[in-house]
Amino acid sequence: MSLTKRLNGLSPARDTLAGLPNAEFSRQGSDMTDQSPLYRRLAARAFGWGIQMAAHIVTAVRADWHGCEPIDNQRVYFANHTSNADLPMIWAVLPPQIRRKVRPVAAADYWLKNPLRAFIGKDVLNAVLIDRRPEARAEGENPMQDILDALSEGASLIIFPEGLRNMTEEKLMPLKAGIYNMGAAMPDLELVPVWIENLNKIMPKGEVVPVPLICTVTFGAPMYVGEGEDKDTFLARATQALLETDPDYRRPSRSLPREGATA
Amino acid sequence: MISDLIYLLTGTFIFLGVATGIGQAIAWRFDPNDTNPTVQNLNARINAWWMMVIVLGAAFLIGQGAVIFLFAFLSFSALREFMTLTTKNRVDHWSLLLAFFVALPGQYYLIWINWYGLYSIFIPVYVFLLLPIFTVLKGEEKDFLIRISETQYALMICVFCASHVPALLTLDIPGFEGRNILMIAWLVIVVQISDVLQYVWGKLLGKHKIAPRISPSKTWEGFIGGVLSATLIGTALFWITPFSPIYAFLMALACTLMGFFGGLVMSAIKRDRGIKDWGHLISGHGGFIDRLDSVVFAAPIFFHLTRYAWAA
Repeated sequence: MSLTKRLNGLSPARDTLAGLPNAEFSRQGSDMTDQSPLYRRLAARAFGWGIQMAAHIVTAVRADWHGCEPIDNQRVYFANHTSNADLPMIWAVLPPQIRRKVRPVAAADYWLKNPLRAFIGKDVLNAVLIDRRPEARAEGENPMQDILDALSEGASLIIFPEGLRNMTEEKLMPLKAGIYNMGAAMPDLELVPVWIENLNKIMPKGEVVPVPLICTVTFGAPMYVGEGEDKDTFLARATQALLETDPDYRRPSRSLPREGATA
Repeated sequence: MISDLIYLLTGTFIFLGVATGIGQAIAWRFDPNDTNPTVQNLNARINAWWMMVIVLGAAFLIGQGAVIFLFAFLSFSALREFMTLTTKNRVDHWSLLLAFFVALPGQYYLIWINWYGLYSIFIPVYVFLLLPIFTVLKGEEKDFLIRISETQYALMICVFCASHVPALLTLDIPGFEGRNILMIAWLVIVVQISDVLQYVWGKLLGKHKIAPRISPSKTWEGFIGGVLSATLIGTALFWITPFSPIYAFLMALACTLMGFFGGLVMSAIKRDRGIKDWGHLISGHGGFIDRLDSVVFAAPIFFHLTRYAWAA
């Protein structure tokens, strides 16, 4: 498929709707908060606003739309994962009309653990909750199906393809196949690499008080699963794309301050 | 003092109004389609100046507490930008928290209670010695000297030096009682107008680069034109200071020179770290440090010269 066709492929109906004051209608149907009572929806709105403000106040988080524009195409944003605050950061920098339609893919075993988390996960973030534990899934249930259903409803997604928080010294852990399966099922789907900088320093695992450093969320150029491309080739490409989205990759290499100082 | 402050603010607003008019005229004449980044940036800068003057002016009118609080906030924002770039280890988490939430408020509290003997040595002596002790107890030696040095430098620049602007409020100058806020206004006007005029002279006449590797936009023409014209403005404003015109001239020269070299030093740090701006929160200017760098370098020198020669 040619690039022009891909660019033209964005649904005009959805875009027009997003520009209207009643853009709220566009989320109906795919949104599980629709069934919940008004007070719960209002609380979710307020909570979402609070998360966003906290992200801006503590880290002055900012978006760098390096490889694509902040427009309302159907996309899967895939990001590196070092901290529980990763998701709020991406969420806080997305423009409101995108944020309303984007659904993070998150772990059900984490987000359903207590009522508060369930409220944040389901009502505030409108997450697609996936159980990571095979033993908790029904026989023959395919966790990928919920994700594909959300995609076919037109939602954009946020996923962390490393699966777990990265506690290693490596910049990235090996990516899981989910991102490939999504791209293979929908060849026109824009897969956008997202690099979240600095969060592991703002709040290392196990710490409660964040150090106020600036967090930059960089959005790279959309990529697609090529026709007949196999999983490993694609995942290698996606890994490289993600690493190249890191602003550090583009900076001139730092001089070595300790030259000659080795004992 | 209030009437002098009103004159100053009115003058600044007229100046900004003229700048806005010129900026819009340039945009209308040379950039009708909003495509020229230099013109766009010029007008973004002018618009941000309105905001900065309004905030600073409001703090001046409210008084001492508001000025101290404003500079504490500016220090916080600057420190956040600086610490984003320093070398850190996972175990430094609590050292960094101490820097942000103990050293910074501590310094401004000491200025608030006017304890000169302690606020002038709190960061250079106590924090300098105690923070590395706290860090070393975590038992991680990798990059140790770099980690503690960069943290200390960040605190010196963003907190210690910046806090010398509101510290001017604590000086007791005979015959100048109750007018100290005007000295802050004078310092900020002189140093900032010097930055602006260096930019203007540089854009108009700039040819010979001073330090092409460090800051490609700084030229001899901009430097000399900016420093001299800002110094003359500072001299003309002697009536809001405790200085005679000749001393106002010398003080303004010292402040603009310190401001220029402050900008150069901070540019070298940015260049080394491969960034163009310290932050993104002041539209058209970059970050807080991009705007404060010259004031931060000028403030302690201005403070101590004034204290030595004029204070009781």
